[in-house]
Amino acid sequence: MILVLFGVSLVVFTMMMLLPPGQRVSIYVNSDRITPAVMDAMIAKYGLNDPAPVQYFRWISNIFHGEFGYSITASSPVLDGFKRFFPVSLELVLLAVPLIILTGIFLGTLGAVRKDTPVDHFTRVMAIIGFSLPTFWLGLLLLMIFYGFAGIFPPSALSNDMRNVVFGADFHRYTQLFTIDGILNWRWDVVWDSVYRMILPAFNLTVINSALIMRLMRSSMLESLGQDYIMTARAKGADRRTLFRKHARRNAMLPVVTISGITFAELMGSMVITETIFDRKGIGWWMAQAALQLDVSAIMFDVLFLGTVYVVINLIVDLIYAWVDPRVRLS
Amino acid sequence: METKTDQSHLKAMHPRLRELLFTLRRFMKNPLSVIGLSLVVIFGLIALLAPVLQPPKYADPYKIPHTGFRAQPSPPSAEHPLGTMQQQYDMLYGLVWGTRSAFRIGVAVVAANLLIGIVLGLLAGYFGGALDEIIMRITDIFFAMPFLVVAMALVVAVGRGLKAVVIVLIILGWPSYTRVLRSDILVTRGKDFILAARASGASHLRIMFTHILPNALYSVLILASLNIGTTILTAAALSFLGLGSETGTADWGQIISLCRGWILGTAGNPFAYWYVVFIPGFVISLFVLGWNLMGDAVRDVFDPRMRRR
Repeated sequence: MILVLFGVSLVVFTMMMLLPPGQRVSIYVNSDRITPAVMDAMIAKYGLNDPAPVQYFRWISNIFHGEFGYSITASSPVLDGFKRFFPVSLELVLLAVPLIILTGIFLGTLGAVRKDTPVDHFTRVMAIIGFSLPTFWLGLLLLMIFYGFAGIFPPSALSNDMRNVVFGADFHRYTQLFTIDGILNWRWDVVWDSVYRMILPAFNLTVINSALIMRLMRSSMLESLGQDYIMTARAKGADRRTLFRKHARRNAMLPVVTISGITFAELMGSMVITETIFDRKGIGWWMAQAALQLDVSAIMFDVLFLGTVYVVINLIVDLIYAWVDPRVRLS
Repeated sequence: METKTDQSHLKAMHPRLRELLFTLRRFMKNPLSVIGLSLVVIFGLIALLAPVLQPPKYADPYKIPHTGFRAQPSPPSAEHPLGTMQQQYDMLYGLVWGTRSAFRIGVAVVAANLLIGIVLGLLAGYFGGALDEIIMRITDIFFAMPFLVVAMALVVAVGRGLKAVVIVLIILGWPSYTRVLRSDILVTRGKDFILAARASGASHLRIMFTHILPNALYSVLILASLNIGTTILTAAALSFLGLGSETGTADWGQIISLCRGWILGTAGNPFAYWYVVFIPGFVISLFVLGWNLMGDAVRDVFDPRMRRR
């Protein structure tokens, strides 16, 4: 696990070394008011022409000291930018992930239980279509139909009025998440506005990402329905409901747990497109800007952060797996 | 009588060929796979016949001709069957030659991925030990990185443009093949016929290429078919974000990116420019759908648990 993170840091560092020293200076500065003469001095000062291993260890030690540099696109130090952008993404992910997982499990189970019926064929075809749609196109179509034509579900994370409320004086931002803070401040208009604006992007993410879980759930459910213990339960007279819910689905959920964890981790990375289209200023949007404007420090921080999220979530999934599956728990 | 001779003829064939025929017959029975195959074939024909369908106007055929600089897209007309995009780029021309670029990108990336993936997977799966450990940890690292973010950053570092996109997708795309092939090989490696081959003195290379690879190759090829679609989606996403080809290049992602500003239409007519938003995305979706349906069908056909029922 640590090894993987070390590897990620190496890859990120290699990526950075592809750029000229002038662009790498930004990792070490804390403001954007730097003149060219100062920059040359800084390149020398921070040893950006030193041998690569020396630079790597210097960079890593900076990271362990919590110094991530300055981000041009956030016009603030990277960490401040992250604190501003991350909650916007987290909020959407927290809404979308349960939707994705539940849709996937529900439709997958339905397909397996009604195998080879029109319901099964329909859900399978829908899954393949959902899997084939470009995220950006579906997002644009949704915006065109709902926002452009019907005038509902506008883009961006909050309306201007609500933004004034949230960033106003007597609104306490406990968690930085608009919905939770809205509840804690007893401002239900903020909560509503925030959720209202998340519906379309969440729907977009669900259509495209639930296909994988759905297919996995279907095949895994089919497999567990073919097991001997299902036959036993059926012979003992269990009704279909108990059979499907208690005997088959519980076992079929195991591989789905793994994929769900990965979905969560990958969603953070795939927010780039969704946030760009729906104009939500989260880390995905930030990364798109950072990549376009060569904001090296922001990209490096984000890749490291998402790598860490991925590794930690995989660890959690392993733990859940051990807890859910008695065979793993006992061995 | 005739069927009988047919049967004996079948029996005389190489077992692998017979298996292939059987598989093909199963494949053609599934309506979804036929749809998928037809879509891919149609797109293939469009790509091949692009110079005939839409004769190029410039020396570089991938540059879309445009008649004027007016910002507003114009609707389908006799001159422009699918309408024009902003700055009067012809939509049909862009889509037809875009099909060609899509095939070029998809095939180049997936073929290179396959090659790297298969070689590393073979090495890891067959030899095991420290080599296996090193290769698999490297794939772990690749899986732990946010794909799109790293791809964006790398494209910028390599220096924008379609070529950069292809190079980056090749660098980032191989680990899934290595993983799948390795796990397949681990299963095959323990089989008795491998032991027999080894006992009869076959070399490592011979065992790898004539005994192990053919038996483990199917799942990798299915993955490749599914990945052509995904590769095109990623390439289009990168172009959409402004990292791919230049404005006016016949490349689907670029076309959508050029059209993304027109979702709102005019006052009183909210769907005024629906065609520039709908058509290019629809074409990409059909292309990806074709490959996905095909890969999916091939998987079902090859899956021993699903066949012979």
